[in-house]
Amino acid sequence: MAQEVALPLQLEEELPERGRRWRRLAHTAHRHPLGVFGVFCVSLLFFCGIFAQVDIFGVSLSIVPYDPLAINRETDVLGTLAAEVDAEDKQLTVVGSSLELGSSFDLETERITVTRLVSEIGDTHTVAVARGSSPTAHAEGVPLKHEAALALAEPSFSHPFGTDHLARDVFSRTIFGARISLLIGLVAVLTGVSTGAMLGVISGYFGKIIDTIIQRGVDILLAFPAVVLLLAIITVVGDEDSAVRRFLASSTPLPDRDFVGIPNFLDVFIVALAIGLAVGVFTTRVVRGAVLSIKENVYVDAARSMGASDARIMWRHIFPNVVALVVILGSVLLPVAILAEATISFLGIGVPLPTPSWGADLSDEKSRTLMLEGYWWPVFFPGFALSLIVLGFNMVGDAFRDLSDPRLRGSGLGGGGRGGGGGGSPL
Amino acid sequence: MRNYIIRRLLILVPVMVGVSFLTFSLFNVIPGDACVLRLGFGSTPETLKDCREQHGLNRPLFPISINSDLPLLHVQNSQYGDWLWDIPAHQDLGQSLAEGGAEVSTELERRLPITIQLMIMTIIFALVLGVAPGVLSAVRPNTPIDWLARIASVLWLSIPSFYLAILMITFGLLWFDWTPPQFGSGYKPFMDDPWINLQQFFFPSLVLSVGIAAVIMRLTRSAMLEVLRNDYIRTAWSKGLRERTVVWRHALRNALIPVVTLVGLQVGALIGGTVIIESVYNLNGVGKYTLEAIIRRDLFVVQSLTLMFAFVYVLSNLMVDVAYAFLDPRIHYN
Repeated sequence: MAQEVALPLQLEEELPERGRRWRRLAHTAHRHPLGVFGVFCVSLLFFCGIFAQVDIFGVSLSIVPYDPLAINRETDVLGTLAAEVDAEDKQLTVVGSSLELGSSFDLETERITVTRLVSEIGDTHTVAVARGSSPTAHAEGVPLKHEAALALAEPSFSHPFGTDHLARDVFSRTIFGARISLLIGLVAVLTGVSTGAMLGVISGYFGKIIDTIIQRGVDILLAFPAVVLLLAIITVVGDEDSAVRRFLASSTPLPDRDFVGIPNFLDVFIVALAIGLAVGVFTTRVVRGAVLSIKENVYVDAARSMGASDARIMWRHIFPNVVALVVILGSVLLPVAILAEATISFLGIGVPLPTPSWGADLSDEKSRTLMLEGYWWPVFFPGFALSLIVLGFNMVGDAFRDLSDPRLRGSGLGGGGRGGGGGGSPL
Repeated sequence: MRNYIIRRLLILVPVMVGVSFLTFSLFNVIPGDACVLRLGFGSTPETLKDCREQHGLNRPLFPISINSDLPLLHVQNSQYGDWLWDIPAHQDLGQSLAEGGAEVSTELERRLPITIQLMIMTIIFALVLGVAPGVLSAVRPNTPIDWLARIASVLWLSIPSFYLAILMITFGLLWFDWTPPQFGSGYKPFMDDPWINLQQFFFPSLVLSVGIAAVIMRLTRSAMLEVLRNDYIRTAWSKGLRERTVVWRHALRNALIPVVTLVGLQVGALIGGTVIIESVYNLNGVGKYTLEAIIRRDLFVVQSLTLMFAFVYVLSNLMVDVAYAFLDPRIHYN
């Protein structure tokens, strides 16, 4: 290992400051290809989450080819008119089709339904039809078009991941799912980690009765297995009539429905807050532990002897020392929060279904039944995206750990250990 | 040591009271009580009243009364107090609100063996899949074995268990025309037919174990790397002991201490995991029961099950700390 390090150090002497930094970055990237892959996956999550659909300052930008909620249709050409038709005609002669009784089709802008099959000579059919509301004349050779929902289409060029049983584009849903995951992950981590850090600092700094009260509260919340706690809280808070929900809907600027392209925005937000609670509990415990040792430092005593208030000491002298820890906690807990959302949505409690969440897409009963019949794509791709993102975060974490402490190569303890949000591998 | 255990158990009491209080209040803030949920909002006042009396919902919620002829604090004759009191006193965990109203304790009797077997087999699989590759990759660092083990561990850590389960069921059927043995109806207890029973549990526990195995593998690897640097390992080598003896007898024994505690700490994850896996594989265990009860808003069942889970979890954490002291004589609690 010593040789590996010595060589680039010699090179660095000769390079200007800027080049040296890039050189070092390239060297690091070369030694941690998996970390680079992880960074790529995580960037992909952010890219897809943000640019899935942007509608800001009058500019509309979207990387999803279709609306994730819309039904996709396909147009078949059933045949062509063999003879021209005028507005009064009740019979059509058609070449190259097999029209059935009751089937309907479009002739230019007119919708036509077959009421009776009159005759069939080779490839040419004559049928009696019911014309549309304002029948018009059509020339010979006009195509008969038939439009139907494109359900369960195989992955193809126009639908890279196929369509699901409701004819929605799976590719668009998967990309859009990144937005749900990212939103829930960020909201959960930001609210949870900031609240948890604040409580942890207060709890550790004051000690005594305040510490006891906060820590017993933490004990109580940590006593629940994370999945069970989340399921219970979301069931109660997410209820149509729950007080919290009504408060969020009426007294905060949060939109109840449809926002940033997400239907059921409030439900999504409530799920994020519940996960934030689990994240916050875990953060409180960890930050408090760090504060206990930080507050023994001489500079804290010095600040106090100069007459600094408790609030000032906490804000100016203790908090800056836990910032690094808090940032690391946030980045470790982000994939945990994303996975938690997918898990509870999969169990049918989290984000409700029309919303394109990865977990909810995996829980769709109909899709899962159809999957066993060979229609694997509506379930496979959302789950694959979820696994890929979590994999990316884990690889970044591993590479980061290797860089900061080469002794512990690949020892990753991320996600393990005691605790609410981070209570082991599934959650 | 004994004092330590006693003190920890005493701390457990307020924690469990807090847990029970939280669960109880959580499910009583939903508008419409259990009877409204059961009978629907369109039911007549008379049937509601009957139902409330039958389930004791006409009692006050909490055992604290102001402006009443009862003492300020009275354990019985309140919903919360009676629920808590009945658990140790009558082994009564309450009754389901669903049609038929099965006793929670009867249901548990039927379902607990399934969940416990699932958990035990999961831990066994996780140890087998985790420890051996972890040791191998620590003994041969930066070799293909090591890379393979590390890539496997990060993959296992990343794939959610429910997704893995779905993939195994689907592609097993599509590619190999294989379906997992049916559990929903025909669960066979181990004593009746061990072979069928093991077949039924093999895949659910394998899927559930993968994530835990990954964590165990990483921990084993780092603990082994740490231990292998110690002086007594060098001594063992210089005595001319065989590699097998050095690694498995001298190093692994010490490296396993953190692994044991880790397994204990995974109980919470395991409980969450059984909720997921039992619903995917249609195993009628406690996890599936919990999920169904939560979806049905079956208050009495949910509050008792949650309390039980929390109790098991807290107790297992305590056991981990105690086991730690037994395994590592250098640790003292006082």
